[in-house]
Amino acid sequence: MSQQLIVDSHQSTAESQESVAVRVENVGKVFKLPHEKHSSLKSSFINFRPRQRTFELQQALKDVSFEIKEGEFFGIVGRNGSGKSTLLKLLAGIYTPTSGLVKVNGSLTPFIELGVGFNPELTGRENIFLNGALLGFSRKEMQAMYGDIVAFAELKRFMDQKLKNYSSGMEVRLAFSIAIKVNSDILLLDEVLAVGDAAFQKKCFDYFRKLKKDKKTVVFISHDMNAVREYCDRVILIEKGSVLKSGSADAVAQEYTKLFLTDKQNFETDGIKRWGTGKVKIEKVEPSLQKSKITISILNSFKKAVEEPVFGLTITNPVGVKVYESNTKWQRVATGNFNKGDRALVRWEVPNIFTNGTNYISAAVANRDTTEFYDWWNEAAAFIVDKDEITTALTLVKSKIGIKKINAS
Amino acid sequence: MMITRVFSKKNRSLLAELVRTDFKLRYQGSVLGYAWSLLRPLLLFLILYVVFVRFLKIGGDIPHFPVYLLLGIVLWNFFAEMTAQSLGSIVSRGDLVRKIRIPRWIIVLSSSISALINLFLNLLVVIVFLIVDHVDLLQTTLWLPLILLEIYLFALGLSLFLAAAFVKYRDVNYIWEVILQAGFYLTPILYPITLITSPALQKLMLLNPMAQAIQDARYASITHQTAISRQVLSGGLKYVPYLLVILVLLAGLTYFKRQSKFFAENI
Repeated sequence: MSQQLIVDSHQSTAESQESVAVRVENVGKVFKLPHEKHSSLKSSFINFRPRQRTFELQQALKDVSFEIKEGEFFGIVGRNGSGKSTLLKLLAGIYTPTSGLVKVNGSLTPFIELGVGFNPELTGRENIFLNGALLGFSRKEMQAMYGDIVAFAELKRFMDQKLKNYSSGMEVRLAFSIAIKVNSDILLLDEVLAVGDAAFQKKCFDYFRKLKKDKKTVVFISHDMNAVREYCDRVILIEKGSVLKSGSADAVAQEYTKLFLTDKQNFETDGIKRWGTGKVKIEKVEPSLQKSKITISILNSFKKAVEEPVFGLTITNPVGVKVYESNTKWQRVATGNFNKGDRALVRWEVPNIFTNGTNYISAAVANRDTTEFYDWWNEAAAFIVDKDEITTALTLVKSKIGIKKINAS
Repeated sequence: MMITRVFSKKNRSLLAELVRTDFKLRYQGSVLGYAWSLLRPLLLFLILYVVFVRFLKIGGDIPHFPVYLLLGIVLWNFFAEMTAQSLGSIVSRGDLVRKIRIPRWIIVLSSSISALINLFLNLLVVIVFLIVDHVDLLQTTLWLPLILLEIYLFALGLSLFLAAAFVKYRDVNYIWEVILQAGFYLTPILYPITLITSPALQKLMLLNPMAQAIQDARYASITHQTAISRQVLSGGLKYVPYLLVILVLLAGLTYFKRQSKFFAENI
């Protein structure tokens, strides 16, 4: 009787484990960063006294736990420096965790970057075989796939040329074409995989879609909330080395967006980003986003007396394309005269035509003829758009669609 | 079972591909290409022959001294080349270590096999000279593979240790260069061991696995009229060179295994 029970419980744990592809338990990773690099024996002799051998312990990840189920398209998002890459390397088995456990059920892609081991002195063909071997294929298997790879990369003519003569786009195409041949149980995909020109990018995304359709277990690392929303079943957000939120793509994407809003001090104010004669100084640029419009308040303070200054505003989309630009001169708005010490609060109201992601605001103030710029502040502030509707166009304008079926008869 | 896992099909084909790449890249852009693998030891031998046999007249009482000299040089060169190349192998392949999960030892092994291929090419040159010099084929030549295996395992242990240490301490290569240079003169390669007159010193020198292996190889395949560790050393001492090889191999394996977990972050 008791024997029976034991067998049963054993079976049930085996079953529940089967559906988990990756289990990360309380994983922590600490890097030891020496303040001065002691990579030679001499310097470690000189700094023999332990007091002087200073190093910093950097906790890249702490107490990270999550599970990835079989057949799940699992997203990992986070800002630069959040610990995302460290987590990726731990999953790939390139790093060893300082504490905790990474359990992988099945085979997992071993690489975190495309074209690992590519050698510029070898031909395209030789590189295919070398890269293939690194990804775990035998020469025979590579010979069988060779035609496919070359066809997918569209590089048949170049196979006997050395890799150093390839354009970077060609190189990436070749690398990607080999990488997608990897048929491990769990795939690690970095969004940077989708590179190249538009036509090739489409191929990449087709591949992602195919993986999703085939119910492959995929770990997808991305900055692009549109892509995350489109593909991921479940997402975790990593911030400062911990899991800040996990859940549906929508919920996590919203949380991710919020990170940027609370972090306005993110912008540098160096010479390239800001210039001008300084007669007027832009003190503050404050965006506030509503559903249908965005209000931007810009506070200017006058160091000298100025007549009829021109206030200008530019908004660029996440990939740096200008979407909105205007100024008081073009709009024929009279601005008035200001004395030294005066301040001006300029409020802009722009309809929310912007697309998802981080949009940047640049502000400027110039003289009446716009021949002298008092202050020009590139990317003075940013706001994050996170709409349910997506588009590939430059702007997203509210529109309506009506469908009426007209029968054949 | 451990061995079958280590030498799985996947690992074997990766090893083969890495060795193939190494070989292709080695003589790229040189006119004579692979011929240099043979020409280099040949020319080197010529220089040493002229200096030591013709000018200095060393080794008069040893039969076939030129070939005897050549074999010693070839074996030492293999040892020096393999350890020096393997030493930098992990660091120079840093891109692989940081970006892909492959068994790290494969990188060291592939550079050791490149050296091994060179050794076999060089041994071809030795065979040519054996024939030219009318050396009688000795029955003991059959030992040669075992002696080569011993040198290989000794070099492998050192290679693993050095490659792992080099990731952390970048002056290991300068130290090793000096040690190799010293080893070259402390091993009876250019001169017959009988040149050392103090018997105690002779014994001490023959404790070195490289000295023992080179002398054994000469004894086995060229002439029995040479001193070997087995005969010179008495009692338990004669096992010391072999013990050293095993010790070095185990230490190298252990250190490498422990350190390899952190290669990706330390490089």
